[in-house]
Amino acid sequence: MTRFRAHAVVAGTAEGLALVSDEPLSFWGGFDHTTGEVIDRRHPLAGQVATGRVLAVPFTRGSSTTTAVLLEAVRSGTAPSAILTPAFDSFFALASIVADEMYGTAIPILVLAPAEFSQLRTGQHVRIHADGAIEID
Amino acid sequence: MPLDLTADDLAQLHGERGAGSRMAMSIIVRMAEVQAAERLLDIEQAHIDSAIYMGEAGLEFAERLASLGANVAVPTTLNVSGLDENHWREWAVPAEWAANAHRQMVAYQRMGCQPTWTCAPYQTATAPRFGQQIAWGESNAIVFANSVIGARTERYPDFLDICAAVTGRVPATGLHLTENRAGEILLALDRVPLALQRHDAFYPVLGHLIGKIARDRVPVIEGLTVRPTDDQLKGMGAAAASSGSVALFHIVGFTPEAPTVEAAFQGRDPAERIPIEMSMLRDARRELTTSTGKELDLVVLGSPHFSLAEFRQLAPLLVGRHAHPNVKFLVTTSRVMADLARDAGIVSALERFGGKVTVDTCILASPMLPPDIKRLLTNSAKYAYYAPGLLKVDIAFGSLADCVRSAVEGRIVRDESLWEQH
Repeated sequence: MTRFRAHAVVAGTAEGLALVSDEPLSFWGGFDHTTGEVIDRRHPLAGQVATGRVLAVPFTRGSSTTTAVLLEAVRSGTAPSAILTPAFDSFFALASIVADEMYGTAIPILVLAPAEFSQLRTGQHVRIHADGAIEID
Repeated sequence: MPLDLTADDLAQLHGERGAGSRMAMSIIVRMAEVQAAERLLDIEQAHIDSAIYMGEAGLEFAERLASLGANVAVPTTLNVSGLDENHWREWAVPAEWAANAHRQMVAYQRMGCQPTWTCAPYQTATAPRFGQQIAWGESNAIVFANSVIGARTERYPDFLDICAAVTGRVPATGLHLTENRAGEILLALDRVPLALQRHDAFYPVLGHLIGKIARDRVPVIEGLTVRPTDDQLKGMGAAAASSGSVALFHIVGFTPEAPTVEAAFQGRDPAERIPIEMSMLRDARRELTTSTGKELDLVVLGSPHFSLAEFRQLAPLLVGRHAHPNVKFLVTTSRVMADLARDAGIVSALERFGGKVTVDTCILASPMLPPDIKRLLTNSAKYAYYAPGLLKVDIAFGSLADCVRSAVEGRIVRDESLWEQH
């Protein structure tokens, strides 16, 4: 088992299989909140369902509407269980804070050191603790 | 340093200005804390992307904030909505969806936002000035305001934009601060022919490429020899803010914070210097097209919203021609620009050609296209980027002239000559 210590931007606990890409993602035009599927046909994760997964992407690209799509996903239960990035991303942070304000369900948002982020692989089992500790099987 | 709030910030946070201002300030303060901002700063105006209808959650957010009595504290314009408010019945928008989208439009107007309904607010009378602190949503508007005007906005996501407008305050961070506006990578045009630099399809392609290379860094572009028009920079910025998360670019010699390379980098050294070659531009152009055949159902122009200058470029191409009966031709724009184009006789010329104008929204923000429209052609890199995922359609990218000619011939025809040199 590998353990990392991440910075919890929005703290919380979560567990799930990692879904990892080096390509940034816009949730608007890139994620269908009615199905949880990645729909950006130019993205390496296209066709994958992100619901309940620990999503790891470098940052959000593109549209301001990404946060609105993520909030819809939280409301309809299609959101990732947590989101990991190698640097602070204000869109993920805001979406989680608003989800907490509106529905009392923040998505854990954590920042990992780039060298640790690069060790993440799709399919790894990831456990996230409230203090930012991450365990990977 | 912990976050230092003023007496007025605290008054808002504690609900002394009402429950709406408390909700908005609470979100602003939580963001400032996670961004490690040391203080908040005043903004002079806001542009709100959040009025676009995505579903129940966004509507619940808007109606909660409005019902708590939130009112904007600064002049605030609205981005596209999910609906052409007065003409949606001419399209395939489901009535129930339209009712919800309209409730969301009403909620933002109740909070005092101006119903401008455009993603090109920088081309209207309310455009900000150089150096002004503003809070803008809408990725293409953000990059234009920062880069071309030299106003200062962070990349505001939906919900944070309206919280900024209601409180009049934002975290003092990111592109609001001079030191974060320096260029980070230098992109140098390498032997790009002048004729191509003057071509309208060059800028969206360059923007698409810049966004892919720059990712989330501030790019400085060197080697442009022809002054780009505002509409060209609009198309370039929208593309770079789609393929990457570019919120600010500098073009040496042309944009206000980049009189020289040194000024653009604020005296620092570029982290990287990358030549932009014809082969890279050709690849970027190819990536914007997903269509494999020549079949065509719809030509769509106007993402970001078409300007009067763009209508004036389109008008002479339409004279004496008519769109093929199997092809729809649509221009998406704002009410203001549609009125100006109508006064100039261009809307009637477009209608004689067989085309149509829609306002307030666009094909990506509103479920307006009937399901038999599957094959599109556009001169917008932003439409080309998002349409395949959002609309499950195929799209091709071409110049303005390609778009008109293809509409007439009823199949995708693109002039390759300028792209094949070198």
